[in-house]
Amino acid sequence: MNIFKIIDEIQQVDGDAVERLQHATRRSFMTKFSRSMAAAAVPTAMAAVFNKAYAFTPGAIDVLKFALTLEYLERDFYDMGNKSGVVKDPYKAVFQQIGKHEYQHVEFLKTALGIKDESMKPKFDFTQKGALDPFTNFDTFVFLSHAFEDTGVRAYKGQAGNLMAKEDEPLLDYALQIHSVEARHAAKAREILSMIRNKPEIKPWITRDEGSPAAVYAGEGNTVQGGVDITGIGGKSLDAVTEAFDEPLTKDQVLAIAMPFIA
Amino acid sequence: MNKTTKELLPANTSEENPVLDVVNRRFFLRSAGLAAATGAFVMQSCIKDHDLGPNGAVNLGTGDVGILNYAYALEQLEAAFYIQVMTTPFVGMTDKERRFLTDIRDHEVIHREFFKAALGAAAIKGLSPNFTTIDFNSRASVLGTAKVFEDTGVSAYNGAGILLENPVYLLLAGKIVSVEARHASIIRDLLNPNTPDFAGDDIIDGNGLDLLKRPSQVLPAVAPFIYDTIDASGLPKP
Repeated sequence: MNIFKIIDEIQQVDGDAVERLQHATRRSFMTKFSRSMAAAAVPTAMAAVFNKAYAFTPGAIDVLKFALTLEYLERDFYDMGNKSGVVKDPYKAVFQQIGKHEYQHVEFLKTALGIKDESMKPKFDFTQKGALDPFTNFDTFVFLSHAFEDTGVRAYKGQAGNLMAKEDEPLLDYALQIHSVEARHAAKAREILSMIRNKPEIKPWITRDEGSPAAVYAGEGNTVQGGVDITGIGGKSLDAVTEAFDEPLTKDQVLAIAMPFIA
Repeated sequence: MNKTTKELLPANTSEENPVLDVVNRRFFLRSAGLAAATGAFVMQSCIKDHDLGPNGAVNLGTGDVGILNYAYALEQLEAAFYIQVMTTPFVGMTDKERRFLTDIRDHEVIHREFFKAALGAAAIKGLSPNFTTIDFNSRASVLGTAKVFEDTGVSAYNGAGILLENPVYLLLAGKIVSVEARHASIIRDLLNPNTPDFAGDDIIDGNGLDLLKRPSQVLPAVAPFIYDTIDASGLPKP
């Protein structure tokens, strides 16, 4: 569903539609669409918001679609993994919880985009034509999990700046709220990878640009923040300085990472 | 440069006594010089914004500067907490806990020093933390408090996003909030290992969304941990 096409069509029958769109207040949207709202009420609320003539910018719609692609990838990955039996004790509850959140993120983004079916979902091949064995080898499963989560964190971070228009304000809130959930997932997935590989140097946070696949961690060794080189700040090590700041990825960088998993 | 920085900022000054507010002069000057050269940190001069108010309250200021000072205040609190945690480790701290808590302490000190350098003359003063309710000998008290601080930090950065106008600062907040979320996740996992608690249903809602709180909700929650009174009246409103 293209929200702008709909608005165009409304405009054809109602010449004042655009002007009235501009009168929709942010406050009424924010009140209607607050976090405290029950999940089940979302579709209704979204519809109500649309009835109030509220629209997001085209740039924001692109962000939502991009995010939905990534969430589909994560949702299907955990869905298949959790059903496959590859997840070992004592980690089953962890990956069930992550899978639940990815499912919720997909539903939430679909609602925001007004999508009811799975037509936007790519077909995934998590084995890369048989080269990987994530659903029979727990190490591979956790390895891909940590890479997907760290990529997700970097992907949302890279899009925040595209949600700064006033009319997109609710979306910036939501994007940030998903972003930090992905970061919680990433930290725990990394901790599990560290445990099963017996490698304490794999920390819940990203040290320099260390990690594999390299493309997922490219640029994480950055020490320039807001134009200032913070190397040695507070007398702290380079490891700590780079761990203290997560870095964004561009949409193209993220898609290049995801592409090998899209059939 | 690293070596020089370390020498100028001995571990037993700002770390153990954050309130002393030791400034690494060389770093500060270097930052200021770079900022002037790049223009990245040219902020509105608002000396009067952070003057103490009539009741001695610490005024965070207005606009983006106000939000950065808000973040700086929270980072001061977190840094001071973890410095104390690692100065007087609780009984029975495991190697894993020691590694994680030491790293987290370093990250929070880096965040604190970063905001201080970034804000320059617009920075609020060093705040006086009040940790009298925390039993630093107790694992439950320390990790329980850490959980509250980290979850609060995540909710605060999430809620500050829409209040920022400069995309550079929004990105910076994004770079920091995910590290706070990593901390929150792993502290929660130390308390309840390998359960859903790292991203528990007590904080993540039915849409898979994390906590989000505006400054007006966060500041009263952290007020008991700070002796100073904070005046947030100038902050942007949602």
